[in-house]
Amino acid sequence: MSRIGKIARRTFLIGSAAIVGGVAFGVYAARKPAPNPLRPEEGEVALNPYVLIDADGVTIIVPKAEMGQGVQTTWATLAAEELDIAPADLRIEHGPPGKAYYNRGMGGQILPVPEYKLSGWQEALGEQLSVAGKLFNMQVTGGSTSTVDGYEKMRHAGASARETLKEAAAQQLGVARSTLKTEGGAVVAPDGTRLPYPELALAAAEIDPIVADLRPRGDWRLLGRSQPRHDQAPKATGTAEFSIDVRLEGMKFAALKRNPYQGGAMNGFDPADALAIPGVEQVVDLGDGVAVVANNSWSAMQGAEAVVFDWGAGNYPATTDAIYARFEEALKGDANSTLLDQGDADTLPQGAQEVSADYQVPYLSHAQMEPLSATAIHHGDRMELWSGNQIPIHCRAAAAEEAGLDEIAITLHTTLMGGGFGRRGFTDFTRYAARLATKMQGTPVQLLWSREEDMTHGYYRPGAIAKFRGAVQDGKAVLVDGRIAGQSATASFMKILLGIAPAGPDKIHVEGAFDQPYAIPNARIRGYLAKFDLPVGPWRSVGASINGFIFDSFIDEMAHAAGADPLDFRLQMMREEDPRSAGVLEAVRDISGWTGKTPEGVGRGVGFCYSFGTPVAEVIEVHQTEDGIKLAKAWIAVDPGLAIDPANIEAQMFGGMMFGLSAAMHQQITFADGAAEQMNFYDFDAVRMNTAPEVVEVKIIESGHRVSGVGEPGTPPAASALANALFDLTGQRARRLPLADQFDFVV
Amino acid sequence: MANLTINGETRYVDLPDEVPLLWALRDGLNMTGTKFGCGVAACGACTVQIDGEAVRSCQVAVGDVWGEVTTIEGIGTPDNLSVLQAAWVDHQVAQCGYCQSGQIMQAAALLAENPSPSDAEIDDAMSGNLCRCGTYPRIRAAIHDAASKMQEA
Repeated sequence: MSRIGKIARRTFLIGSAAIVGGVAFGVYAARKPAPNPLRPEEGEVALNPYVLIDADGVTIIVPKAEMGQGVQTTWATLAAEELDIAPADLRIEHGPPGKAYYNRGMGGQILPVPEYKLSGWQEALGEQLSVAGKLFNMQVTGGSTSTVDGYEKMRHAGASARETLKEAAAQQLGVARSTLKTEGGAVVAPDGTRLPYPELALAAAEIDPIVADLRPRGDWRLLGRSQPRHDQAPKATGTAEFSIDVRLEGMKFAALKRNPYQGGAMNGFDPADALAIPGVEQVVDLGDGVAVVANNSWSAMQGAEAVVFDWGAGNYPATTDAIYARFEEALKGDANSTLLDQGDADTLPQGAQEVSADYQVPYLSHAQMEPLSATAIHHGDRMELWSGNQIPIHCRAAAAEEAGLDEIAITLHTTLMGGGFGRRGFTDFTRYAARLATKMQGTPVQLLWSREEDMTHGYYRPGAIAKFRGAVQDGKAVLVDGRIAGQSATASFMKILLGIAPAGPDKIHVEGAFDQPYAIPNARIRGYLAKFDLPVGPWRSVGASINGFIFDSFIDEMAHAAGADPLDFRLQMMREEDPRSAGVLEAVRDISGWTGKTPEGVGRGVGFCYSFGTPVAEVIEVHQTEDGIKLAKAWIAVDPGLAIDPANIEAQMFGGMMFGLSAAMHQQITFADGAAEQMNFYDFDAVRMNTAPEVVEVKIIESGHRVSGVGEPGTPPAASALANALFDLTGQRARRLPLADQFDFVV
Repeated sequence: MANLTINGETRYVDLPDEVPLLWALRDGLNMTGTKFGCGVAACGACTVQIDGEAVRSCQVAVGDVWGEVTTIEGIGTPDNLSVLQAAWVDHQVAQCGYCQSGQIMQAAALLAENPSPSDAEIDDAMSGNLCRCGTYPRIRAAIHDAASKMQEA
């Protein structure tokens, strides 16, 4: 058992602890020495390490939501790079909720300045704010931060484990540590003697963990190269276990039914018809909804539809038109934010040509492939839960509240997730399962949301409207003045994370618009918030999913008004402002062979957005065919600073673009009589294999800027690139989504 | 209540006849490789084969199953992958992975019928199988690759 490790480079602390049959290594960051999370105080939940070594081998703990983005493989590879072990020989586990697993990558996103302008001291401040995140239990997977978060600490964990294992071997062999090397999961002596790590684990636990410098990039053997994902064979054989796949002895299957007037009360219900369905066993009152419990999920879902309810109204406008009227009204009130305000945005520069346009985007469901579910059993004095979630500490707290137990009595298993896209960053599905299990003590129960239940209940991507006014002169934009109104996704999410909705300017509401790298002398972006209780939240790329379309579409409109090539127009205003962004635009120009000219029947559009620290540019080509407009080809350029795993970056870029295209073409949640109108994939469709564009190339640029995320930045430019391509093809400008309402696509 | 032949074995399902095959597999037999995505045949996540034909198991009542059922568990295991599954791994197809059981069962039925499908034929066969992560290009590549490996064999 060791003492707290020395303060490592920057602010990292390294600790180790003995475990049964082995040793655990952890790395954590703090502004000042903090309690070693590997050695908790009495009564605290134990042990939050990253590397565990015991007789069975080496296990890497990746306390991040694996939703398809490959974070488990990336984090394991970061540790393996220093640990000298084949990634295929590692076991990977999510591990329990733990405060030491707070996300140190989110700080830079808190500062109300464009990320491309962050200076060194601001980045440092951002990291310190992340450390403050520890106070807020910010074990969060989101904001494209996982690689940023793990980039140094997982390598430190690997390096410390390696050197400490070498020291254990050195003592055993009676040689100096410097004479030893490591390879293939073993320490190797000069005479060739191999000591596998598990054989050294017990001895290593007796040694103070050793801090080592990280290997320079030039020495990397794994990082920077595409790694096979460890989850491929399980996912190709149906053996990967998702939340919905948890099966316990004697488990009951339950379906949730809540008020379609979201947040409204349940005044009463009659379960008789449900109870008459074969297989249905009971209908449990959950306060604001019911769970129908059966011996199979289908009977439970049939039962949930058969219960007769008396629902109260929701506290929000009852129709789509009424909701958007509230946005119009918000524009007449005070701005919540003016995060970009330079030059004189009130005055049209002399001789300049004015351009103006209004935009509207819809509410959206996440529609992750796996409908929400969680499984729980209440043992009376403790509860065990399984849920695929992005915020395990908060889910555990919610379960404890429902179960009437201390958090220490809650064991939460975070499973693989069949997509998340932000929806799993809430506690509701875990909380309802805990509530149900508390009412069925001793019986394990899985609480499933039907697709309809999932789709008709937010937290939705909020809709928005925007009014933009600008001016062009001599081929350049000289003015942009944008006003964006909508519901705040931040407020509801922060209320879950922090318990309060922070006051002040909502940066996320205007991200993708106020923070774009263009030198426009007179520029102002103002955000306006409409407040009502329709549940909204983060959706892949959050504010940039809205403003990426609006702002970049407006840039494109100004380019055409100026008589300029739309790509070159962007580039001219970007070169001085942010060379890194200009680099991706030049790259997408080159790989797509952009000429600004397209033959009859072909349209091309470019889209650009800087989000989550990563600039992405996309070109989409559409073809007019006999069957309608076909998305034919796409090209993507991205600069994540460093490319840790190129194949995974490509997958995230294409996937992010597809997510954006699906929404842009097909998706909207509308409201009538207070309820969401869309139910399932038949009225909330996505791009399919036959309607997806061929991705000709994804170009990854490594500017050497600090590593930045890739999970979300592929999404924002997709809608504008497509809308701009449709304009090129048809001359019709799309200022409203979804596009399938206005254009005849191949289906 | 029904006796079904699933992956070559006779299995007894103790659920009402109107329960869809999907739920007989998942909840009655704990065979969770077949996934629930929509319940209305709009996403393809629940695709299995009956007598070699790809069907949406959410739409077939257990009492109506007309032949031998093959699920993802029946065509290979992590230690003994089928050619198609091996192609899926080689091409690193899965992201979240939730739709992939259905994609693979649909693709297996396609290749059984058409050993060398064109891109357009793959599109026709696979467009009922939704993927929200956007893995389509790798699915297509894996199908082509498996097709050529099967023909060599």
